[in-house]
Amino acid sequence: MAPLNIKQGSTQHSAYDLRDPHSEVIEQHTLALVVDNESGVLARVIGLFSGRGYNIDSLTVAEVDHTGHRSRITIVTRGTPAVIEQIKAQLARLVPVHEVHDLTVEGPSVQRELALFKVSGKGEARIEALRLAEIFRAKVVDSTLESFVFEITGTPEKIDALADLMRPLGLREMARTGVAALSRGI
Amino acid sequence: MEREMTEVMSGARMVVQALKDQGVDTVFGYPGGAVLPIYDEIFQQNDIRHILVRHEQGAVHMAEGYARSTGRPGVVLVTSGPGATNAVTGLVDALMDSIPLVVLSGQVPTFMIGTDGFQEADTVGITRPCTKHNWLVKDTARLAETIHQAFHVATHGRPGPVLVDIPKDVQFATAAYQPPQKARVDHYQPKVKGDIEAITRMVEMIETAERPVFYTGGGVINSGSAASQLLREFVDATGFPITSTLMGLGAYPASGKGWLGMLGMHGLYEANLAMHGCDLMINVGARFDDRITGRVKDFSPFSQKVHIDIDPSSINKVIRADVPIIGDVGHVLEDALRLWKSRGRKVNREALAVWWKQIAEWKAVNCLDYTPSSSLIKPQHALQRLEALTKGMDRYITTEVGQHQMWAAQFLGFEGPNRWMTSGGLGTMGYGLPASIGVQVAHPEALVINIAGDASFLMNMQEIGTAMQFRLPVKQFILNNERLGMVRQWQQLLHGQRYSQSWSESLPDFVKLAEAFGAKGIQCAAPADLDDAIREMIAYDGPVVFDCLVEKHENCFPMIPSGRPHNEMLLGDAETEGAIGAKGAVLV
Ligand SMILES: Cc1ncc(C[n+]2csc(CCOP(=O)(O)OP(=O)(O)O)c2C)c(N)n1
Ligand SMILES: [Mg+2]
Repeated sequence: MAPLNIKQGSTQHSAYDLRDPHSEVIEQHTLALVVDNESGVLARVIGLFSGRGYNIDSLTVAEVDHTGHRSRITIVTRGTPAVIEQIKAQLARLVPVHEVHDLTVEGPSVQRELALFKVSGKGEARIEALRLAEIFRAKVVDSTLESFVFEITGTPEKIDALADLMRPLGLREMARTGVAALSRGI
Repeated sequence: MEREMTEVMSGARMVVQALKDQGVDTVFGYPGGAVLPIYDEIFQQNDIRHILVRHEQGAVHMAEGYARSTGRPGVVLVTSGPGATNAVTGLVDALMDSIPLVVLSGQVPTFMIGTDGFQEADTVGITRPCTKHNWLVKDTARLAETIHQAFHVATHGRPGPVLVDIPKDVQFATAAYQPPQKARVDHYQPKVKGDIEAITRMVEMIETAERPVFYTGGGVINSGSAASQLLREFVDATGFPITSTLMGLGAYPASGKGWLGMLGMHGLYEANLAMHGCDLMINVGARFDDRITGRVKDFSPFSQKVHIDIDPSSINKVIRADVPIIGDVGHVLEDALRLWKSRGRKVNREALAVWWKQIAEWKAVNCLDYTPSSSLIKPQHALQRLEALTKGMDRYITTEVGQHQMWAAQFLGFEGPNRWMTSGGLGTMGYGLPASIGVQVAHPEALVINIAGDASFLMNMQEIGTAMQFRLPVKQFILNNERLGMVRQWQQLLHGQRYSQSWSESLPDFVKLAEAFGAKGIQCAAPADLDDAIREMIAYDGPVVFDCLVEKHENCFPMIPSGRPHNEMLLGDAETEGAIGAKGAVLV
């Protein structure tokens, strides 16, 4: 008997998911969950990750439907394709979790993160920080004679890039929201 | 009627009303400050029987025994703090073995939560990873609906334990009672029907397979007696061999012609080799546990694997399925059987005959063979005699954990589902005695026997008091080797015979112990006395502690050492010398 391919509809696999299930390559995936906004739901999700040894690169959560008591949790995680499938199946098993979307395989998506940077410095460095901020379209949301607080929105990579550039110019503190993501189109 | 059902009542009364409306007849529990209002309500009614345990762990295992022997959820009531923490082991046990339980715990009043109040514990926090789901109810108006939801979640999809934590002020406050019909449960409706395309693929494979095997598990039992019935029909009609996990024993009768015996670490030679050599494996409600697979890389290397499971997370968790079918075992088997019949009931007869010839050769190895003795009772012999003397009786078996448990699985035969209760996933010593009590509560007239080890028995022996109080004639059949036998066996095989802490020192006199509780004690040390002693145990109308003194250093074979594939099985002591390397010793 020849080996079978997993058929569409027989599992939760997407029909477009053509990755090698045996691959040992670590992939990063962005998952979006729709959950009941009840106490303990975040603890349940996080406990699942820590209890089963999965990774969380970033996690955001907020209520998105007040009347429907629904929250959206966006998780950026990493693992082999088999581990990613397990993570999704385990999440879907939680009673207050209504939907699990893998934005990485479900088609194009937009991912955005917001960060605040505090940069302090004088003279050339201060001017250079301001110039870089402008290039990255970061806004100045606070300034003193010796410091700025910049606000930047973008992909995590863009924020990483600006952080790397700001570090030698006096980056003191940074706060990041983690990724919020939506699929493109309707 | 409608008016009556939405009656305003206290939270405590609501608890009792909700349990009645859920058809509950028995609650296993232990009172304390945070559940006094509920106990007050229990006092004032007669519909629900309360079994007072001696330790909350006992209550949960009793509820498990009740649930597994009836197919209905077991119900537990405990107080806050220590009452709830004592229940934790039982919750995890039920979670691992997918047993439906509803545990209700008291909590300090809402206004005291977070103040480290007396007997306050973060019960929902502690039990979150120990339950399928749990709830803290802060509003009496939500209490009844939450309890109804708890029953729904515990019993739908893959069953499991749930917990509802109820602060004391919520028990005192009043609100309108919500009957079960009005409870919102639509948000949790797991899929039960399997994908027909995948089922068709499975049927096609059944038609052509040369070396097929059914590998069945606890999911068949959980799916209900109809699933067991369908499984029997399918196995017998195809003429395929069938093996089962520890959890699934009884779904297919031990006397059935397809039966190979249990598989796994202490499974039968023919069952494990059939799994290793098959070309089609049909996993029905089992989860490829590590006690089953051995070394995953070498697990059943030549087979196509069908995996039927109601829990999507079981699929591809350990072993990649070629044909995954997500659905309830009963529904999937029904569809598959109907389809297979409509397509002409085809199987590959010639190939099957060759396959059975191969299996017969493996059977001829007689892997359960042991050296008999006329002076000492061999544990295997004790179980064979127990089996012979209870055959055909309305019998239920529970076990503790250890060598005796594995021997029981090997030497006792089960003809129907729900007659075998053992702690599989968690391997909880102390499970069997309370579980036997829970079974006896549900089946007062039946013969209920707990196959115990000397060490395991001591873990929850206080529950003999419960058996006495409620006149539950459970039989405790202790295979007393004065050892933590399974630990000793591993130390012999894996740790250079350094028997660290695996002696049962200072064992009580089990006969006197039984008598101290008012139960009957029987001791038997000679093979010649065994039959009479067993008959005496069966005949006695009340709890019996049977102290069966057995050979102390008997090992349990066959054994697949951890980390080895199925075809590297140890069959007897002669083969064990240096059999397990350092790599195997790391595994559990
Ligand atoms: C609560 C708990 N603690 C420890 C263990 C580890 N363990 C497994 S079997 C065993 C020995 C059991 O001894 P006994 O009940 O006398 O059974 P025997 O193996 O001798 O038949 C131990 C300690 C366990 N399974 N459960
Ligand atoms: Mg022992």
